[in-house]
Amino acid sequence: MGIDMSQIRTATQTQAKLNSRTAALAAAMIVAVFGAVFTYGIGFAGADVLHNAAHDARHANNFPCH
Amino acid sequence: MFGYLRIFLTVALLAGISAGLVGWGLHMIGTTPLILQAEVYEGAAESTIAADGHDHQHEAEAWAPADGWERNAYSLGAQIITGVGFAFLLTAAIVFLGKGADWRRGLLWGLAGFASFTLAPSIGLPPELPGTEAAPLLDRQLWWIGTVVATAGGLFAAARLRNVYGYAAAVMLIALPHIIGAPQPEVPGGLAPAELEHKFILVAIASSLVFWLVLGLLTGAFFKRYANETGVAA
Repeated sequence: MGIDMSQIRTATQTQAKLNSRTAALAAAMIVAVFGAVFTYGIGFAGADVLHNAAHDARHANNFPCH
Repeated sequence: MFGYLRIFLTVALLAGISAGLVGWGLHMIGTTPLILQAEVYEGAAESTIAADGHDHQHEAEAWAPADGWERNAYSLGAQIITGVGFAFLLTAAIVFLGKGADWRRGLLWGLAGFASFTLAPSIGLPPELPGTEAAPLLDRQLWWIGTVVATAGGLFAAARLRNVYGYAAAVMLIALPHIIGAPQPEVPGGLAPAELEHKFILVAIASSLVFWLVLGLLTGAFFKRYANETGVAA
């Protein structure tokens, strides 16, 4: 019963692909959180100064305003 | 992971800043002139109240950019931040779906973004000019966020599963916010003429469509250029 090197290689490649998929998903989670924070800040943050600065963009992008 | 993070941030920043510039240009010729017109009516109404002496508790108003180039510059910054924020969400969604992207599929992503962030909320809460009567802000914000999340989630489920369960989930999620219904003002109406209001709704939705298509196309194109590799597409 010899060890088939090509099987080991395939298993290693599959594992590497899974690892990189996990890493990509983790990075995408962080990017999604950034997106939520940016969108909240520009469209929803309550401070008057922020509201006034982003006023026209809020109306034009149909964020609920006033 | 940080390698991926750098790549995704690059894709989103390039696409978001460019689309933000385009969106700002559209607003400068489209929505902003209408907002300024509506503020004339709003200002007139406010000075009438002040003359009647009914509104004496005018607090010191918070800082606001001066009309003209300063205000437009802040709108430019705001639109770029909006573009980058949406590009972050779009890029993340492309990775979650795991099928990579190019400019053609980017256009579809842009349409999905437009449907989720503009079209679906507009059914219950159309774009508003300053001085329009509306339900309490928090109620509208909650309905808006719920509608965006449900619509985007429904479209994602359909694209991910591509079977009868996915499509059924999509139909239910997309319909749900409209069955619940958007919060409406007790007395509808606004200070600006209805004609101006209608024009604003059309111009805001049309410019949003173009903005989202540009954002989707660029996100797809930059994604293909920098991020289509092992791990990103499952």
